[in-house]
Amino acid sequence: MKLLTHNMLTSHVKGVTKGYPLLIKATEVKVNEVEFNPQFVSRMIPKLEWGALVQAAEELGHRQDLPGELVQEYEKNEDFLKKVHRVLLEVEVIEGCLQCPESGREFPISKGIPNMLLNEDEV
Amino acid sequence: SESSIWNRRIKEKKLLRKQIKASHTLLKHEGIHTAPHLVVANGGLGNNVSREELSAALKEMGEVESLLMPPHKPYAFVTYSALKAYTHLNGQKLQCGESSVMLCLSYVNSASVPLPEGLVLLEDFVSPEEEALLLAAVDWSSTNEDVTAQKALKHRRVKHYGFEFRYDNNNVDKDKPLPAGIPAECLPVLERCLRNGHINVMPDQLTVNQYESGQGIPPHVDTHSAFEDTILSLSLGAKTVMEFRHPDGRVVAVVLPGRSLLVMKGESRYLWTHGITPRKFDMVPACEQQSPDHVTPEPGTRSNLTLSKRGTRTSFTFRKIRPEPCRCAPSTLSPSTPSPPALPCCHADAARLEEEYVHRVYDAIASHFSSTRHSPWPRVCHFLSSLPPGSVLADVGCGNGKYLGVNPEMIAVGCDRSSALVQICAERGFHAFVSDALNVPLRTASCDACISIAVIHHFSTEERRLAAMRELVRLLKPGGHALIYVWAFEQEYNKQRSKYLKEHNKEHHGKENLTKNTSEDRREPHGKSAIQNSGHLEEGYEPVGKVTDGKLSVHTNRTAFNTQDLLVPWHLKEGKKPGEEDNLTAVFHRYYHVFHQGELEQLCSQVDGVKVQSSYHDQGNWCLYSKINANK
Repeated sequence: MKLLTHNMLTSHVKGVTKGYPLLIKATEVKVNEVEFNPQFVSRMIPKLEWGALVQAAEELGHRQDLPGELVQEYEKNEDFLKKVHRVLLEVEVIEGCLQCPESGREFPISKGIPNMLLNEDEV
Repeated sequence: SESSIWNRRIKEKKLLRKQIKASHTLLKHEGIHTAPHLVVANGGLGNNVSREELSAALKEMGEVESLLMPPHKPYAFVTYSALKAYTHLNGQKLQCGESSVMLCLSYVNSASVPLPEGLVLLEDFVSPEEEALLLAAVDWSSTNEDVTAQKALKHRRVKHYGFEFRYDNNNVDKDKPLPAGIPAECLPVLERCLRNGHINVMPDQLTVNQYESGQGIPPHVDTHSAFEDTILSLSLGAKTVMEFRHPDGRVVAVVLPGRSLLVMKGESRYLWTHGITPRKFDMVPACEQQSPDHVTPEPGTRSNLTLSKRGTRTSFTFRKIRPEPCRCAPSTLSPSTPSPPALPCCHADAARLEEEYVHRVYDAIASHFSSTRHSPWPRVCHFLSSLPPGSVLADVGCGNGKYLGVNPEMIAVGCDRSSALVQICAERGFHAFVSDALNVPLRTASCDACISIAVIHHFSTEERRLAAMRELVRLLKPGGHALIYVWAFEQEYNKQRSKYLKEHNKEHHGKENLTKNTSEDRREPHGKSAIQNSGHLEEGYEPVGKVTDGKLSVHTNRTAFNTQDLLVPWHLKEGKKPGEEDNLTAVFHRYYHVFHQGELEQLCSQVDGVKVQSSYHDQGNWCLYSKINANK
């Protein structure tokens, strides 16, 4: 699971109102180099929940020095875009779980794939 | 000189490669292992090589014992003192009109196509005297309709003895035997069948079909649940050609001469469909003695194939009613339960049905399924390509992820209920997770576009189909777009038959090139891109393979739908390891609700804040393109 996916995922357990962002408990994290495309990254940024991304990067120890607030005119800041690129697309959780911040429900991540299926009593 | 030797070696190598390729293709198409007859690849009628042209080249090598040129095929079989021909002809160029072809020879064991597994044809099983007696035993006058359940179907006359076979539910009423049992004239024949071991129990049901020239019966599999394994079919009167079709596309045409007995068991009974194409002439191998019903051979196919004019044929089909529900033959053993479930009446039932007949099946067939899903649908691609760069896309029910990479400028995430399929997405480097389409763990209004391709038809109640659509809409931003595809009940629309139906006839009517691999995406409507030859499917279609008692019916692949809620078989192919015999084909059943025209729109109209932009029929699917209101 890359942090781009994490940024979009939310807890969907029945009754939960604050299921976002999911907490990451990783036991195996990999960093794979992915081709950097500054335009793609800068188009992605406005679609993100910035705070959740920074928090997730922090949890995994890959925050580098990403600011808590989105910088101005990031489109032209290649250094910044590279860092975003790294946390969004290169850092990958292979094993571990995602935890619902409200209910505590854990969703396993195995072989890099989060399993978000709910039990019958959770829907 | 050295260079010419070198060149010759290269040529030899090239030819060898071509030979190997041709024999592999032959094995795949016809199940023939190359070894004393010769197959001449590229020397077939399907390549526009005429018999005269090929024959002239072959005769230079010695006396030709026989030359078989199957219709529409790009190869021919030749039998004669093979070695000389092999040495001289292999690699030789043959001038055919304007163009030339290179002949490629290999030895084959037999120049005929093997019959489907479990199929036995016994010629002259009854004497002409017995034939006359049997035919006389059937009284076609309508006075005894009630005793024998006589019917005039669109394409044939039919009469039942013992039990009535009902075409409305494709079953027999076990508790209501007909007054007329199997006629006594049949007993000597049936006793012979028992004695010779063709059957173990005496049949108790007889269906007599009478086909006039030009009549036929659509491809079908005899109901599993109603009858025991072995089915006997006795042909009387004129000969005909019965076509057997394997789910993988193989077609074997079997000539049924008058007074012959066809014994169907095993795969030929459960896995292959059989049918008779309605036509007035059949192309059949020529016999030594020309019987009066043979007509002038078609030019180009002289001496081996000839046209046989159809006359009136009467078939006696003997079956044994199964006292208990089907347990299924081992070759078609359903890894899910053998007895189909009923349509669910509550939420919990529906969830259980989908668990067993959708989720588990996709996990089990994931890799085979994925290998048949490599061509994205053009109109879906068009939609994806039209999205602005940087758009967020959710593919809910993404399967193997074939749409996730269509537009690399999008931020695409996919989810699927099957972890095995999501694993394939992950291996391809796509962003994907495991989730149910009813509860998608994505932020509300986070997506610019959503697609749901061939997903919603797997929900077994309207409530759940609606819930799936609501969930899709929830994910979209105001102004976002959704594209939904579901399988259509109407497989024929605007007088166009879908590829799904057309595929049925493809192998049979299509011209193939032996050196080209044409088998892909053969099974389902989803994910096909190749343009198929059109064929003509029989009219007067009768539902086949159904099960009664409010149970879901099992659909026969590549036939029209006769009900909206059904189980569609998936014939799982396991990869064959070298030296291994054919693996068993396991059949899995997936639940589908096929949509009627307008049903998808009606569903969508119940979701607030959505406007249908357009709806269309695309290759056997109903499709809906809708937009979320800006002020949602």
